[in-house]
Amino acid sequence: MDETTIDRATYDELRDTAGSEFVVELVDTFLVEAPRLIDELRSAYDKRDADVFRRSAHSLKSNGNTFGARTFAAMAKDLELGGFGPVVAAGGAPLDALAAEYGRVAAALSELRNA
Amino acid sequence: MREVRHGTARLLVVDDNKVNRLLLTRSLELQGHSVASAENGRVALEMLRRENFDCLLLDMEMPEMDGFQVLEVLVADLHLRDLPVIVTSSLEGIETVVRCLELGAEDYLPKPVNPVLLKARLGASLEKKRLRDQQKEWMRRFATREVAQDLQESGFALGGKRIRATVMFSDIRGFTGLSETQTPEETIELLNTYYTLMFDAISGHGGIVTLMAADGLMAVFGAPLPQPDPCHSAVRTALEMLDTIDLFNLERDAAKKPQIKIGIGIASGDMVAGYAGTNERAAYTCIGDTVNLAARLESHTKVAGRPILIDNATNAAIVDRLGTESLGQVPIRGKAKPVDVYSVNRDQKA
Repeated sequence: MDETTIDRATYDELRDTAGSEFVVELVDTFLVEAPRLIDELRSAYDKRDADVFRRSAHSLKSNGNTFGARTFAAMAKDLELGGFGPVVAAGGAPLDALAAEYGRVAAALSELRNA
Repeated sequence: MREVRHGTARLLVVDDNKVNRLLLTRSLELQGHSVASAENGRVALEMLRRENFDCLLLDMEMPEMDGFQVLEVLVADLHLRDLPVIVTSSLEGIETVVRCLELGAEDYLPKPVNPVLLKARLGASLEKKRLRDQQKEWMRRFATREVAQDLQESGFALGGKRIRATVMFSDIRGFTGLSETQTPEETIELLNTYYTLMFDAISGHGGIVTLMAADGLMAVFGAPLPQPDPCHSAVRTALEMLDTIDLFNLERDAAKKPQIKIGIGIASGDMVAGYAGTNERAAYTCIGDTVNLAARLESHTKVAGRPILIDNATNAAIVDRLGTESLGQVPIRGKAKPVDVYSVNRDQKA
């Protein structure tokens, strides 16, 4: 697993402080919530709804940081702070990139969860 | 108000993000606290108004009602503004932290929340709340809820302001003679029971007791917080006090103890209300002609042989609702001219 997908030190610390069983529950919740938030982000982009766009990106950034998903969190942070202007300029590419990175994060977390 | 026992507190976590909500709840539960959660500010405020919490852990970026709006509502709410709030947020920029603190947040923790830092900050906030609650409890015990509220809202300053209110004086008839026939312990017990009964009647009608001296007490209706109908409340209180004393006398009769009788004087009008004393020791009180008149009317109940006497202003405000009888003009000590005095009938139609 690429360390920039999931920072093992962050994930291990989370598991040690919150407990292994609980972290499984937390990962499962993230795997349900994150796709919903990414859809929300896309929909807010389509509707040009700046508030929902910022809030969804903020939420994804926050969760990414919790699990040590550094690249994913950084991408979400750029969207949160940059708004949809740069996304429009890039023809929506940053949203596709975020979704692709989420795929890698989800795979890595699923692997860790079952370890 | 709840007492935080053995470091276990009742906490409310507010966050629209389910992962954050679960994680923070888990961290706090592992520290031994009891935790409830809400998904936005609106739901949180509903819960805070329904249930007592020791501390609020508040996210900022939320739909429906965000954290800033919650802080604004809390600071304006007398019952909730002392609730400690720890903001947990991953909002960027120092200005967010400053704004939260300016809006009354106790502390700010960046997300992901470090459990060790969380424990330390939460412990400090809960300890501050415990001290604040203790101060409020002491103030309530020695000052009455209304005065405590006035102090909390306006702060303490010696001096008064002119207000319109109704004042009541009440006294046990023949108390000195009564004290001589019983032990000091019995007298204290009698006074404590008497005060408890009278306080219930007075506070039940929105009045506050501003003075207790042996068997006498002074109460004010309409200050420090305004009341819609202070004259009516005061007279209703007086009638309830007499009814209560009747019941109390039945008990004393059964215990072969002498009966007690009370006299009550009520007057309404302008007075100066505020804190009198020194900066170290002061009491909320009312002074002025109206107050003197109420005291004189109470004293006159002995002469008139009527338990409740009221002045013209009080009578004018209640006469359409409560039965009174004019005793004509009565010379009152300290007054140049005789004043109109009315006796309140004991038997009132419902």
